[in-house]
Amino acid sequence: MVLTRLIPLWIAIVSGVAILVSAFIRPMESWGENFTDTFNVIAAIASVLGAGSLLKANLAKVSRRDAGWGFALVVLGTFLITLVVGLGKIGVHPSHDFPQADFGGKQESADTPFGWIYEFAMVPLTSTMFALLAFYVASAAFRAFRAKNLEASLLLGTAFVILLGRTFAGVVLTGWLPDWASGLRLENLSVYVMQVFNTAGNRAIIIGIALGVAATSLRILLGVDRSWLGGGER
Amino acid sequence: MNRQRLTWIVIGVVFAGLLVVRGMTGQGLGRVYVQHEDVAYAKVETKSAQGAPTVAWKRVAEGGVADVRWQEWSAVPPKAWFEAQAKDPRQSAITLSWPRTIGLWLAAFFTLAIFSFLWADNVFYKFAEATVVGVSAAYWMVIGFWDTLVPKLFAALVPAVVQAHVQPSLRPVDDVQWWSMALALVLGGMMLWRLAPRGGWIGAWPLAFIVGVTAGLKIVSHVESDLMAQGLATMESVVAVVPGADGATDVGASVWGTLANLLVVVGVLSALTYFLFSVEHKGLVGGTARVGVWYLMITFGAAFGFTVMGRIALLAARFEFLFDDWLWLIDPNHLRA
Amino acid sequence: MSLLARLQSLDRRWIFLLMAIAVAGPILWSGLTGKTPPEQPTDAARRVLKVIDDLPEGSRVLFAFDYDPASAGELQPMATSLMRQCAARKLRIVCIALWPLGGNMAQETIAHVIRADFPSLREGVDFVNLGFQAGNEGVMKVVLTDFTKAFPKDTRGQAAADLPILQGVRTVRDFPLLVNVSAGYPGSKEWVQYVVSASEGSVKMIAGCTGVQTPQMYPYYPGQLAGLLGAIKGAAEYENLLNGVMGGDPAPKYLEAQRRMAPQLFGHLLLVGLIVVGNLIQFMGRRGTRA
Repeated sequence: MVLTRLIPLWIAIVSGVAILVSAFIRPMESWGENFTDTFNVIAAIASVLGAGSLLKANLAKVSRRDAGWGFALVVLGTFLITLVVGLGKIGVHPSHDFPQADFGGKQESADTPFGWIYEFAMVPLTSTMFALLAFYVASAAFRAFRAKNLEASLLLGTAFVILLGRTFAGVVLTGWLPDWASGLRLENLSVYVMQVFNTAGNRAIIIGIALGVAATSLRILLGVDRSWLGGGER
Repeated sequence: MNRQRLTWIVIGVVFAGLLVVRGMTGQGLGRVYVQHEDVAYAKVETKSAQGAPTVAWKRVAEGGVADVRWQEWSAVPPKAWFEAQAKDPRQSAITLSWPRTIGLWLAAFFTLAIFSFLWADNVFYKFAEATVVGVSAAYWMVIGFWDTLVPKLFAALVPAVVQAHVQPSLRPVDDVQWWSMALALVLGGMMLWRLAPRGGWIGAWPLAFIVGVTAGLKIVSHVESDLMAQGLATMESVVAVVPGADGATDVGASVWGTLANLLVVVGVLSALTYFLFSVEHKGLVGGTARVGVWYLMITFGAAFGFTVMGRIALLAARFEFLFDDWLWLIDPNHLRA
Repeated sequence: MSLLARLQSLDRRWIFLLMAIAVAGPILWSGLTGKTPPEQPTDAARRVLKVIDDLPEGSRVLFAFDYDPASAGELQPMATSLMRQCAARKLRIVCIALWPLGGNMAQETIAHVIRADFPSLREGVDFVNLGFQAGNEGVMKVVLTDFTKAFPKDTRGQAAADLPILQGVRTVRDFPLLVNVSAGYPGSKEWVQYVVSASEGSVKMIAGCTGVQTPQMYPYYPGQLAGLLGAIKGAAEYENLLNGVMGGDPAPKYLEAQRRMAPQLFGHLLLVGLIVVGNLIQFMGRRGTRA
């Protein structure tokens, strides 16, 4: 109980309160700074935990010969290759500033194996994954976007104003409007929508989230919310 | 042979045929050219004003006596190779880079493999998906190691090693930072214990530290920036006085500015009323909340419009890669002509 | 089968094909003719230009690259133009990244703009890349009190505290301008929340955001955020304005966002068309059922 709940609870309270106080009391600033610096390094170590979990899950898949275990093997293979060439700085030449440091060179250039993996695997794979969504947005627009009621019509109408007003189409379609009615041109309407209605809506969301975050954080710092410890609130 | 497989084969054959045709016409298909540079440094030992020996590294010309040598390869636009070849067909200063050209074709393969999911789930897509998972996880780990752990954690705990092999410019750290990093190492090690089958509680300590620090950071920033500053921005004077070009008040712009400010205030208050779940949405509250819903719908419509814009831009960038870098169909950056 | 029934059960792959044509066609047109659609800059883009322009020569700019290649299609043209204006204005540029691949994006932008077009600028004196640091908003907290503690070295291995460009910099408040190109978390929102708000007005910030983020950033503009470039349209507007200010024929790399507005135009028109047709189909289908 002491090791599993009491000590973690006090670690959270002390570290959180130190950060909170450091924002208001100048002499305490360094406390906040050092705790946060420790936090940043732990964040870097967390990537090891993530990679370890990935390895564990995929190794289990391969050893059990689960469906698609061949692709788990691809995950493991590409992971290990990237890790070895990256951590070992294989094929990386020293830095011009410090030729004596054998591990001092940069490795983002494509003439290093790690840079090659970045440029010819990471870049095309991740960017195409994101680009794929353009097709699914189009499909969803055709199948699911229906002006069923006033609210849905407002959503669709705004989408039209933004889609047309943020391209040259807006100028072509409504550029003929006289100057006294220029506010109704699509390109101007899209700006008003963003600066007035979107600002108001998003501001309300932001204020709502801020209240929620402040309340949750306070509950954690006061030790009231212990759900993060697991096993439910006590 | 089922219909889907037949479709795939037809698409593949047509595509390969088009590629062959493209490869045999004009400047051909995507290739990468490089030029290389020989780099050499010599160690120069001097004495400081106090008489202490110091070591400096001096770059030496090609063929000179050097302590460290290496070669650097940098990509050049294909037109540099065309020009060099036109001058001297036997030149070797600019050459075709096989590793990078293979890489370019691999990048094209990965791009098409991901796009192939649009037709149906298939082995190429699955292979690309598995590759992105494996490469990304390792990539982030390597970056975290070299960019954060080495210059901060190891630089504090084993400075001599870091100074000798990675960063000779390293400065010594103070005691407080040493203790911060030692704490990070201990908590980081405890966090990795989560991978072990037993002793789950060990991982709860670093988690507690992360939760505490995050709560401390968030409470200040959200109250200061999103509650106070955003609240104040809404409570600013609603009446707008916009000066015209001649210095006098522009009545039209001022009326519109005032109306816009008023609409923002109404929108924020009504949308916040909608989020008020502890009061039943009836009567005045219900009516106000309904206005809030309209504002939120307009907000979501704007979000949809902008999301579409973003996705199409990303798709355009991938098509540009295929048409420009790989197929050499277009040359918007004038790299080949 | 009637046309209506066919449309109702249309295979989604036809829609994918239409989208591919709507985007690929204008790219080929723009690539072959070199033409771009005309651009009408908005106030938000003008403000970005003005904020940078108003800084005295030699001012330090903190340039945070919080994106990766996945969003480079939208954000790289912004980063390119922002760095170009900063370099042309002879501001001293300090690049950092809170995204693991952000350091690479900074390096590419430096190569693309500074090394190519401003070769007289010296690394470590006029510009520097301090690379990536893990910790997200934790890093923002540390730069508020000790900048070089958060970013101890540059990508060449030089100690940050020894760099001429950082002499006199103790905290982030010593940078009059923060330029952030952001694809999500951590990014523009967090810089506003953790740094701009805490700096009590000493740090001005301008941001270039993805389309997904832009609507969420509008409430901060023009108060906590001095300028905002939203999605590829914001990049195209700013690029257009900057090309006008710089004069002469811009290099093709400085027209990237404006070129990308051609596929954008047809992609948007297709989307609007699809929504209209989808609604018409449903409307006609309902009428048919009633009849």
